[in-house]
Amino acid sequence: MKTKSRRLGKNTKNDLITYGIVIAAFVVAEVMQATGSMSSLLRGLLVPLCMYSILAVSLNLTVGVLGELSLGHAGFMCIGAYASSIFSVCTRETITEVWIRFPLAILVGGIFAAIFGFLIGIPVLRLKGDYLAIVTLAFGEIIKNILGSVYVGYDANGVYVSLESESSLAMGADGTLLINGPLGLSDVPLDANFIIATVLLLLTLFVVLNFMNSRSGRAVMSIRDNRIAAESVGINITKYKLIAFTLSAFFAGIAGVLYSHNLGYLAAKSSNFGYNQSIMILVFVVLGGIGKMRGSVIAACILTALPELLRELNDYRMLIYAIALIIMMIATASPKANAFWEAHSLKKFISAKKENKPAKEVQ
Amino acid sequence: MKKSMKKILAVVLALTVVLACFAACGKNDGGETDNVIKIGSIGPLTGDNAVYGTAVRNGAELAVKEINAAGGINGMQIEFKMEDDVCDAEKSVNAYNNLIDWGMDILVGTVTTGACLAVAKKTAADNIFQLTPSASGDDVVSSDNCFQVCFTNSNQGSASADYIADNALAKKVAVIYDSSSDYSAGIYNSFKAEAAVKGLEIVAAEAFTADSKTDFTSQLSKAKNAGAELVFLPIYAAEAASILKQANDMGFKTQFFGCDGLDGMLDIDGFDGKLAEGTMLLTPFAKNASDDTTKKFVAAYEAAGYADDELNQFAADAYDAIYIIKAAAEKAGVTKEMSASEICDALKGAMTQISVDGVTGSAMSWKATGEVNKGPKAVKIVNGAYSAME
Amino acid sequence: MLSLCLGCRKLTFISNLISGISLGGIYAVIALGYTMVYGIAKMLNFAHGDVIMVGSYVVFMLTTKAGVNPYLALVISMVACTLLGMTIERFAYKPLRGASPLAVLITAIGVSYFLQNAAMHLFGTQAKNFTSIINFEPISLAGGQIVISDETVVTIAVSVVIMIALTLFVNKTKPGRAMLAVSEDRGAAQLMGINVNGTIALTFAIGSALAAVAGVLLCSTYPLLSSTTGAMPGIKAFVAAVLGGIGSIPGAMIGGLVIGVIEILGRSYISSQMADAIVFAVLIVVLLVKPTGILGKKYVEKV
Repeated sequence: MKTKSRRLGKNTKNDLITYGIVIAAFVVAEVMQATGSMSSLLRGLLVPLCMYSILAVSLNLTVGVLGELSLGHAGFMCIGAYASSIFSVCTRETITEVWIRFPLAILVGGIFAAIFGFLIGIPVLRLKGDYLAIVTLAFGEIIKNILGSVYVGYDANGVYVSLESESSLAMGADGTLLINGPLGLSDVPLDANFIIATVLLLLTLFVVLNFMNSRSGRAVMSIRDNRIAAESVGINITKYKLIAFTLSAFFAGIAGVLYSHNLGYLAAKSSNFGYNQSIMILVFVVLGGIGKMRGSVIAACILTALPELLRELNDYRMLIYAIALIIMMIATASPKANAFWEAHSLKKFISAKKENKPAKEVQ
Repeated sequence: MKKSMKKILAVVLALTVVLACFAACGKNDGGETDNVIKIGSIGPLTGDNAVYGTAVRNGAELAVKEINAAGGINGMQIEFKMEDDVCDAEKSVNAYNNLIDWGMDILVGTVTTGACLAVAKKTAADNIFQLTPSASGDDVVSSDNCFQVCFTNSNQGSASADYIADNALAKKVAVIYDSSSDYSAGIYNSFKAEAAVKGLEIVAAEAFTADSKTDFTSQLSKAKNAGAELVFLPIYAAEAASILKQANDMGFKTQFFGCDGLDGMLDIDGFDGKLAEGTMLLTPFAKNASDDTTKKFVAAYEAAGYADDELNQFAADAYDAIYIIKAAAEKAGVTKEMSASEICDALKGAMTQISVDGVTGSAMSWKATGEVNKGPKAVKIVNGAYSAME
Repeated sequence: MLSLCLGCRKLTFISNLISGISLGGIYAVIALGYTMVYGIAKMLNFAHGDVIMVGSYVVFMLTTKAGVNPYLALVISMVACTLLGMTIERFAYKPLRGASPLAVLITAIGVSYFLQNAAMHLFGTQAKNFTSIINFEPISLAGGQIVISDETVVTIAVSVVIMIALTLFVNKTKPGRAMLAVSEDRGAAQLMGINVNGTIALTFAIGSALAAVAGVLLCSTYPLLSSTTGAMPGIKAFVAAVLGGIGSIPGAMIGGLVIGVIEILGRSYISSQMADAIVFAVLIVVLLVKPTGILGKKYVEKV
């Protein structure tokens, strides 16, 4: 029992460090903004950094905690973005207070994404490994494909939906176009700001980290580590997998809300909601460390900022970025590099100096 | 343990990022005292649509060089900088913020509509004058600081339908368009509305998407089986070249008709120009046109050493955009002492008063809404060259 | 549409089916490369589609700029792609042998970005129009109502030949059997004296040479050639490989054909905007019925 309580203590401490880093970064950013020493580029990146961090943490819940590879995360983000943006556009006249409308929009986006996460999760989670990965990719592409070409409008008689063109909606004269096909929604209220984004990131971290330490979270991790053993001790596999997957979709939806309410413009393209985006989020997760939420946040921030900071290189920017990605991956994940880092680790260096004890057993 | 090394790596990388950010802050302090006006631009320089952004950069740079050599705007030299947005709205806003850090006075951009809608919100908030060379979405110019060089999509779609109906080119029309592109879908929507008014029958309206733009045989065979007398292609040249080749392979011979996107098709590397014979397009700019302004522009472009297959209406629009800025700035008497916001207010007023003769139209003038008044030219490809039609 | 007679409709259906098989044949050749690399190296090589693009550019540049004979250009392109594939394997994937498969996946994506951007710098931003290297008379059936293009005939023939050759190679030759052994159990294969690294490199070499062939077939039929030409066909072929049962050579062939036919028929008869969504929907349905693909091996989990 003693060992257990100590382990929990360590977890809590670790989690507190994570919150601390986010809050410290927030305070630094606020001070920089207040003193006017922050560049416009960085100021514009603040909300996207939080958004990508939320995406990375939520995907890490599926990849790291649940142990399933999902390549359709951007699809849930897309659903969250569309649902919340439609809500915000429709209620702009009726709910004029932003502080009521935006939290509601966040809820709408998150819940819609969660519903789809649940519905998609039921069939998908029966599959394994790469088969599961490719089916999530397929769902993500279908979502992007449909939302990227649908026309939706409404008038006094109801709501009209068409996949073909604006005129085939055949609305009355009082009709309002909500989603204009590939042009999407061109006027989403700019409700998102850095404070809300930071709060949402902290909330995401709080829920995910506590979930990992909860009974359900441990059940999920036991499924990841050994499905058959977990099943044999009576854990309801489907239920726990679905809980984790739905939670992951919920937060991806919230990130989508931030996306559209930060840009003020929303259209589903390959560049923002396609499989490339899902893979980018996966890169954050893998580079930050599978199952490590703090790593996800840091990796998301670095990899989102990196292409912007490389702008001086002009046309060679993406080329250098690609090389940086390969080198970072090899430097953090290859067995040789791991051995090198182990041999030169700072911790080992310190502990060897301080206690002069033999190095700890390598796991 | 593995963790510790990752921690170190993460800290090192994070520090690099923070330092780089500070470095970026420090840079924008100087440079204000020089006698320059800074014009920024944003467009895709990498990724799938890089050709459009690159063309805009070429055209704008060419105009900047010419103007600077001739003494600049009101004695001020132009400094031009173009940032990449990979055709993505979010990256475009980042690029915009970067240009603000650089000290941009005027924005010539963005190149594509989606990105432009997002950036237009920022320029409206910051009161930065914005003139887009090529973003043709109708909503782009909804704020009063934003103007267009190109036609709006709805303008092009209805003009095409009018032209086809008025010249009795066909009664039964098929359309093949890119449903994932705002440009293409925008033109199609207005074409369809106007076609109904003019009594054209759209016998087949077939779409493709950016993800499936290789195979067009099913769209073409539907058009063929529906008995289309004319196929309307409100798309870009590269896809159109592919469509013409596949139509030829399946023995489908018909009249093809397009908008400004088709310009540049004859210069696509490897494209057999014979396939385009007889194709008509409604465009403000045709590279092979024989008028003096176009010839002079094309000669200057080629002399500057830019890639020939990147010379299309985007380059021409951007070239004109810089000259339009010059005309408006001279009209408004813009000086180096003015802030970007003051320049914006001055240019807003001047835009509706100027008339510019450019490569993409003569006597171009602007409404206060931001739309341009100019007439498209109808051209037909005859013997591998464009010839003007009435 | 209503005015069409039933016979015409049947003919249209047949010509659509032929286009579908042609597209499917191309997917199949790409999928063969995917599936071999997956089976042996146990990694999703997302850069495979971009090797296709490089192969097409090599042929295009050689034939239009240097006037090389198209068939010679194809051979040179195969050699170039083989070298490229082996270089990628050596510098980007080999250091990660033994690391998590996800890490290799990310590196493959990095390689994919790199190839796309490098190609844009080398060959320009404007798309090219690939000149078909296959030039003989198209076959005309039913009085010219059905035209089977020369590219279609060659594509189908080439994909069948490649599939048979690969099957024979894997099952009958020594290096082929070494591949099977490595894919079955890498550790045991090494203990039996098989050069695992060499076998994996050979797999990449064959996969990349196939990519060059696939690139030429793809661009001969669909001439749009840009730096992202390989990306979407690559993903579709990956879908095809999974659909057929990843790791299985005939599976890749069947998967490719199924995807190609569904894509064309879906576009012709259901909705042209939703063609991709239809392909992906079919994939989902098939995998839910048969979770390891059409010809996938069923594995028994040991406790």
